[in-house]
Amino acid sequence: MSKTRVATTWLDGCSGCHMSFLDIDERIVELASMIELVYSPIVDTKEFPENVDVTLVEGAISSDADIEEIINIRKNTKVLISFGDCAVSANVPAMRNRFERREVIDRAYIENANNNNHAPYQNIPGLMKSARPVHEFVQVDLFLQGCPPPSEAIYGVLSQLLAGEYPDLKGKTRFGA
Amino acid sequence: MRPPAFLQSALERDVRPVKVVTFKIDDKDVTAREDETILTVARQNGIFIPTLCHLEGLSERGACRLCLVEIKNVPRLAPACVTLPRQDMEVITTSERVQDYRKKILELILTERNHVCSVCVSNGHCDLQQLTVDLGLTHVHYDYLYPHHTIDATHERFSIDHNRCVLCLRCVRVCDEIEGAHTWDIMSRGILSKVITDLNQPWGTSETCTGCGKCVHVCPTAALTEKGKSVAEMTKRRQFLPYLQMMRKEERQ
Repeated sequence: MSKTRVATTWLDGCSGCHMSFLDIDERIVELASMIELVYSPIVDTKEFPENVDVTLVEGAISSDADIEEIINIRKNTKVLISFGDCAVSANVPAMRNRFERREVIDRAYIENANNNNHAPYQNIPGLMKSARPVHEFVQVDLFLQGCPPPSEAIYGVLSQLLAGEYPDLKGKTRFGA
Repeated sequence: MRPPAFLQSALERDVRPVKVVTFKIDDKDVTAREDETILTVARQNGIFIPTLCHLEGLSERGACRLCLVEIKNVPRLAPACVTLPRQDMEVITTSERVQDYRKKILELILTERNHVCSVCVSNGHCDLQQLTVDLGLTHVHYDYLYPHHTIDATHERFSIDHNRCVLCLRCVRVCDEIEGAHTWDIMSRGILSKVITDLNQPWGTSETCTGCGKCVHVCPTAALTEKGKSVAEMTKRRQFLPYLQMMRKEERQ
């Protein structure tokens, strides 16, 4: 039997959900024997591959590059999972949404910088007016809430998917868990 | 001198006898006094109906609409907290239609303000957050509004964060009905509604606030909190409400 092709990515997130994923401890060895990690910030593949079975998307959609990436991911993924509160509700990244884009950039690159105080103007993706949840852009098949989702919930989802079942998340996680 | 027998029995009867009605909740036969709400009767019979603005010990407001139930042969849904049962009424609390509406209401509440559970002082102790679990709400279909709201931290010990307010008006009711100060009230309409202290002035300058903190502890979310609490540290203590009620009832008798 061919291994299940799994990908993970982070957009506007803090990587905490990925850390929680690693917190499934020794079970990751068993999981690794059943899946092939085809794309992830922690592997070296640069291009998102085709025919991915499951993709975990951490983080909100905040820039032009995020939109491009999520559309490409959706095109090549069978089961797309919003992985953590930022992907599900835009969460903390969305706390900037009440401010103007200019204010946000000035705050980060000028007001809070100790030297070289100027905003970058080339080679970086354009910041969107507001950070938005993933499902506002593409269809999402499963929502894994939590900031971060508890490792038990992450393991639960993946093991149930690998067993060919529809994951039941009731009581396993929640917003802000 | 004892009154004659026929008068005696009449006097022993209540002057305004409370009628008892029998009706059905989810096919279960239940009995209620005619002045008890459907919600009260459901709770007495162990039937779960979600609520947010309701709090035992305060008057009913019917503000949140999460307790909507279906009544057979009535086209519109009814809020269980302010609807009285009638004889032979058939109440349904778990139909797909009811559950769908409740979820939509919860989603609208979440989009209307800025509820960021992960960095909230009430994370893990929040009625709103718990409702998303109880109703199985995994995400919100509507666009978040991300409105601009302020925090008033002028009070010595408490602060109000309008980002987290769900307009349940528990604070308004407890301040008026239990503390008797009526510091809290509400201004504007619809989506612009906002709870205010006195005449919309900073809480710290309120002349009527007694600083009792009842509003803080009945608040279902982290709109009203004690100062000095960090993420997930704000637990609400509501034992005072049934206790005060019991003591006041005893005094009256």
